[in-house]
Amino acid sequence: MKKALSLVLALVMVFALVACGGSSESTKAPAEQSSETTTAPATTDASGAQVFKLGGTGPLTGGAAIYGMAVKNAAELAVNEINALGGDVQFELNFQDDAHDAEKAVNAYNTLKDWGMQISLGSVTSTPCVATSAETYADRIFAITPSGSSTSVIEGKDNQFQMCFTDPNQGSASAQYIHDKALASKVAVIWKNDDVYSKGIYDTFMAAAPGLGLEVVSDTTFADGSDTDFSVQIADAQAKGAELVFLPMYYTPASLIFAQAKAAGYSPIWFGVDGMDGILTLEGFDTSLAEGVMLLTPFNADSDDQMTKNFVKSYQEKYGDIPNQFAADAYDCVYAYKQALENAKCTADMSAEDICTAMIAQFTSMTFDGLTGEGMTWGTDGAVTKSPKGMIIQNGAYVGLD
Amino acid sequence: MSFLNSLISGVSLGSIYAIIALGYTMVYGIAKMLNFAHGDVIMVGAYICFFAVSRFSLPPLVGVLLAVVVCTLLGMTIEKLAYAPLRAAPSLAVLITAIGVSYFLQNAALLLWTPNPKVFPNFFARKVTAPDGTVTDQTGMAFFDGALRVSYVTLVTILVCLAIMAVLTVFINSSKLGKAMRAVSEDKDAARLMGINVNTTISATFAIGSGLAAIAGVLLCSAYPTLVPTTGSMPGIKAFTAAVFGGIGSIPGALLGGLLLGVIEILAKAYISTQLSDAVVFGVLIVVLLVKPTGLLGKVVREKV
Repeated sequence: MKKALSLVLALVMVFALVACGGSSESTKAPAEQSSETTTAPATTDASGAQVFKLGGTGPLTGGAAIYGMAVKNAAELAVNEINALGGDVQFELNFQDDAHDAEKAVNAYNTLKDWGMQISLGSVTSTPCVATSAETYADRIFAITPSGSSTSVIEGKDNQFQMCFTDPNQGSASAQYIHDKALASKVAVIWKNDDVYSKGIYDTFMAAAPGLGLEVVSDTTFADGSDTDFSVQIADAQAKGAELVFLPMYYTPASLIFAQAKAAGYSPIWFGVDGMDGILTLEGFDTSLAEGVMLLTPFNADSDDQMTKNFVKSYQEKYGDIPNQFAADAYDCVYAYKQALENAKCTADMSAEDICTAMIAQFTSMTFDGLTGEGMTWGTDGAVTKSPKGMIIQNGAYVGLD
Repeated sequence: MSFLNSLISGVSLGSIYAIIALGYTMVYGIAKMLNFAHGDVIMVGAYICFFAVSRFSLPPLVGVLLAVVVCTLLGMTIEKLAYAPLRAAPSLAVLITAIGVSYFLQNAALLLWTPNPKVFPNFFARKVTAPDGTVTDQTGMAFFDGALRVSYVTLVTILVCLAIMAVLTVFINSSKLGKAMRAVSEDKDAARLMGINVNTTISATFAIGSGLAAIAGVLLCSAYPTLVPTTGSMPGIKAFTAAVFGGIGSIPGALLGGLLLGVIEILAKAYISTQLSDAVVFGVLIVVLLVKPTGLLGKVVREKV
């Protein structure tokens, strides 16, 4: 009798859970996703084209999943386009989940290595990317990360490159932008002190601010576990009369800050960085809260440029979302690889180490035109040079400022 | 004035900790086990309410009731499937099982509801029509020209917290089931000899604790509206700390511990450092436990020889 009761209860629960889950878009378990792409043999396909094994890790689950999914989708899109064209360089993509966790990223990296990865997209978010870049450096596998923007990703590693700005670049570029457009003189900063991404941007912003006449009146932090209540940070910025609040963080805490600032009757200029990208697609988010939020990002999905239009169109057809900057960076990474591999006349039977040497030579010398900028170049340190664009959120959409 | 504002934020955060801590403390006090899955039941409650209101457009009150019902059933199911078979096992085994259940719930939520954050609707907003005809949501009251602000969520949270505590105290002290719970808490075997059904009593405890978790989940997400599968875990740990702080097993202790923890956390952020607030909170906890190892209102239980 007791057993029967507990069985019934269990069944009721299962149905209740499934009923709720069924109405939301469900994503496949990471294990399923990876198994699709791991079986095909590499090197050359039937037509004799060169098939390179391209690997990458990113958060497909967890709080930062929106970035991982964007990168995975856009990389997949680029790979499919390139393979459909049937050129000499073809790719086989294997993208693994790292849940924005350094330890899981290294495990995922080892899976990729066992699979025979020749070139890498590194990791999507900074903290895991620092961990996997140490591995790719030790194993001499070339990597270009779409969005792992911390300096520690590329520091002291000759075969690690970035498609996005490094954090210092974002921090100082933001300070420069605020100064150039005379947005404010009194500035508050709220940053996440246990996150290498947030701290990297904060450090350079703080270094650049005094020279540009920006007075940082309020400087407050939060961390994992205390990232729900921002009343104190907001009250501090408000009490000290900050006209602009700089938010070097991802969008999840930012959405809480906007809501709590509104409740506290505080409406400064909000200024974010690339992590703010994605806030408008947050389910149930009242986009009016983000009205007027400014951010620096190298990609604008509303751009009139033909290449961007095509990309946005095919991405939307396939995945149903407007691609964000992370997607654009990932798409650029794959095309940059195509260009570099073609220039270097690499063949797929070359070892990862030989490809690595060829790629270092290519990336430091070539110029690449992509979605996120024209005439991109890379220094020997692996950092990219391109110019950021200011964007503002108006009527629930991103609008380019210049 | 900024001190008062901080105090109000602290009380608001603290009353949410207190409601969660009530669930911990009830289960510990009666079943003598730490239910670490409690934080995740909170998350499930919040999701159920979110889907009921946002996806199926049910009225908020129905959403809350549905969440309470589902969480109550979930709590009883967990107890039946995971904890009841371990009634005679060492407490360490039960503790590890509880951690396992916690991970199970988190990952099930990840699979079912995806990791993308959801923004919880605010139930406690009043539509206000300005003189020019624009309608805005007013989420709180302002005093002294906006220098002092109290949100409706804060008021509701504090009231609900006090009400729950009062009802629970009366229930435990005077109802038949409450008496049975106290008896089971004191001595399971003796209670069984007196004709009390220990399994039913413990099951009822879980049902009540999980129902409270649903309410806590809705209030937590109304105050801090981001909902992800890990939403419950950190508040759960903080509330567990609050329960220990106040004296685990004691219902007024959970309230006191929760409120103090919330207030200390916010005041430490405001007046010491935003970087060190958690260090200060746990520092205070260590000092309290050094001076009074059973917590602020905990009973001293003599070890029987």
